[in-house]
Amino acid sequence: MSIEIKNVSKTFGSYKALDNVSLTIADGELVTLLGPSGSGKTTLLRIIAGLESPDGDESKVLFDGENVAQQSVGSRQVGFVFQHYALFKHMTVFENIAFGLRVRPRSQRPSREKIAAKVNELLKLIHLENFGARYPAQLSGGQRQRVALARALAIEPRVLLLDEPFGALDAKVRQGLRDWLRRLHEEIHVTTILVTHDQEEALEVADRVVVMNQARIEQVGPPAEVFHHPKTEFVMDFLGQVNVFRGRVEQGQAVVGGVRIDAPAMVGAPAHADRTGDTKVYVRPHDLQIARHMNGAPALAATITRINPAGAVAKVALATAEGEAIQVDVPFEKFRELGLEKGEQVYVAAKQARVFAPEYEI
Amino acid sequence: MSATLTDKRRAVRDPHWLRGLMIGGTLLAAGLLLLLPLAVIFIEAFRDGWRGYLESFNDPYAWQAIRLTIIAAAVAVPLNLVFGLVASWAIAKFDFFGKSFLISLIDLPFAVSPVISGLVYVLMFGLQGWLGPWLSANNLQIIFAAPGIILATVFVTFPFVARELIPLMQEQGSEEEQAALSLGASGWQTFWRVTLPNVKWALLYGVILCNARAMGEFGAVAVVSGHIRGKTNTLPLHIELLYNEYNSRAAFAMASLLALLGVATLAVKTIIEWRLRQVQLASLEPSTVEPS
Repeated sequence: MSIEIKNVSKTFGSYKALDNVSLTIADGELVTLLGPSGSGKTTLLRIIAGLESPDGDESKVLFDGENVAQQSVGSRQVGFVFQHYALFKHMTVFENIAFGLRVRPRSQRPSREKIAAKVNELLKLIHLENFGARYPAQLSGGQRQRVALARALAIEPRVLLLDEPFGALDAKVRQGLRDWLRRLHEEIHVTTILVTHDQEEALEVADRVVVMNQARIEQVGPPAEVFHHPKTEFVMDFLGQVNVFRGRVEQGQAVVGGVRIDAPAMVGAPAHADRTGDTKVYVRPHDLQIARHMNGAPALAATITRINPAGAVAKVALATAEGEAIQVDVPFEKFRELGLEKGEQVYVAAKQARVFAPEYEI
Repeated sequence: MSATLTDKRRAVRDPHWLRGLMIGGTLLAAGLLLLLPLAVIFIEAFRDGWRGYLESFNDPYAWQAIRLTIIAAAVAVPLNLVFGLVASWAIAKFDFFGKSFLISLIDLPFAVSPVISGLVYVLMFGLQGWLGPWLSANNLQIIFAAPGIILATVFVTFPFVARELIPLMQEQGSEEEQAALSLGASGWQTFWRVTLPNVKWALLYGVILCNARAMGEFGAVAVVSGHIRGKTNTLPLHIELLYNEYNSRAAFAMASLLALLGVATLAVKTIIEWRLRQVQLASLEPSTVEPS
C-alpha cells in the first residue's frame, strides 16, 4: 500500500512536534524515519498509525489515495510495533499473536483451526515454534520484539509501523534482528516504516531514509545518497562523524588555514559563491589523509593526541597548533604501514570537503 | 576464603542483643496490642460455651443488624468498584485539567473524621437540613434510615479501590491498550481482555479492604443511623448497644463475627499478596534459550 502524507502539522500545547510535513512512500517500500529525539519522527509514525491525530483539516494522511485522517487506529489495519514491545503480559505468546484475529467481529473471525494455523505459521516465521505456551516475561528482549512483530503481522496489516523497535536491545541482538527484518521484508514485502535514532540502523535497513530534525524533514533519499550527498549541515553532522573547520569559500573551493580543499556542490546546484566570512567546512574522517612529510600537496600540521586501532579502521585524534581537534579514520593497512605514534607531528590533507549554503539562500 | 566471607557478613550484621531486642519488642507489642484483644473477643463470646454463643444469635434485632450491614456493603462495594475503576482509568490514561486535585479529592474520606462525614449528611438530608423540606414533602427518608447508612458507608469506603488501582495503572501506562486498539479491538474488548486482567489482583485487594471497612464502619454510620433497634442498627452499632446494656456475652458474640471477617480478609489479602509476588518473580525469571 502506498502512503502519502500531506502538510501534516502537530502541536502539543505550545510545542510544535511536526511542522507542515509532506512525504510519499511507495507500495512495498521500507523507509526509516531518522532523527534525534524530539525531531518529530515518532509523532509522524503515530499519526500514520492513527494513535495521534494531526492538527487542522489541511493535514492529510492518504492510504492508497484515500484520506484516513479521520479513521480510528483499529480501522486502518496497521501493524504497530512499540519500542517496549507492549505485549499482553497475562497472555501466552500464542494468545498474544492470536489477539488481533480473536477480537474480530464474529462474521469476520476465522475459525479456531484457522487461527491456530496462522499463529503457528507466524511462530515459525519468527523462529519461536516451541515458545507458544510461554509468557512474555519468560522471553528475552529480542524474542519479545519478534513476538510483537508476529502479533502485528497476524492481522495482515496494510502497513507495518515500527517505533524504535530495537532501541531497548543490546548491540549484538540488534544487529541480528536488523538483518532478520531486512530478510523478512524481502519475503513479505509489506510497506514498512521504521523509526530510529540510530543512523547505522537507518542506513543499513532502509530502501530510503527520511532524516528529520526539529519537526521538519531535512532530506529524503536512498542511504548512499543521504550519506554521501547530505543536503544540509544537520544531515552531514547527524550521519556519521564529521570534522568541522572554520574557513572561507573561494572559486568553489573551501579554504581552511591556507589549505584549499575541493568542495563539490550539490548535483544540479550552482557552484558555491565566494564567501569571505566565517564558513563551516565539513570533512568526514575518512576523507582525511595523514602523511609523515609534506609531499608538496597543501596540508595542515597537527599532533596526534590519541589512537584507537580497535576496529576496521584506526581512529586517530589530532590537534592543530591552534588547538582545533581533528578526527581521521585511517585504513588499517595504511595505519600499520605508517606506524603512527601518539605525540607525533604529522600532516593532514583532505580529499574533499563540504560547505553548505547559508539558510537564507535556500 | 570462607572465613573471610563470614567475617564480612559479621561486619555488616547488627549485634545479637539488638536483633533480639527489635524482634522481641515488635512481637511483644503485636501480641499485646493486636493478638490479645482478638483472643479476648472469642474468649468472652464463648464464656458460656457453644450453646451460649449460639443463643446470642437467637435475637431478631441481631439478624436485622447483620442484614443491614450486608445490604450496606452490598451496595457500597460494587459502587466503589465501578467508581474506582473509572476514576483510576481516567487518572492513569488521560491528561486533563484538575487531575491532581481529583487525586487529592479521592483521599478526602481518609483525611476527614468519619463522624464529620456522617454529620455532613445529616446537615444535607436531615429534617432541618438543606434538602430536608423537599425530602419530607416527597415522603423520602434518608437520615435515620437505610439510605443514609448506605450513603455514609459509600463515603467512607470511597478511596479503597481507586487508591489500589491508580498507582498500578499509572505505572503500566497505556501501551498495551494502544496495541490492542491497533490490532482492531474495540474499546470494550480492550477493557475486558487487556486492562482488567492486568489489574485484577490489585482490584480484588481493593475490594476486600473496601468490604472490610464497609462492614466495620462505626463513626459515620452512628451519626446518620439514629440507633433505632431493629431498624437502623448495623452490626457495629448493635454491638455497642449490647455492650452498653451490659450484655457482654452477646456483644462479644456479635463482635466475633466482625473479627472473623477481619481474619478472613487478612487471609485473602495474604494469599493475594503471595500471588502478586509470584507474578513478579515470574517476570524476573530469565529466559532459558536465546535461539538465533
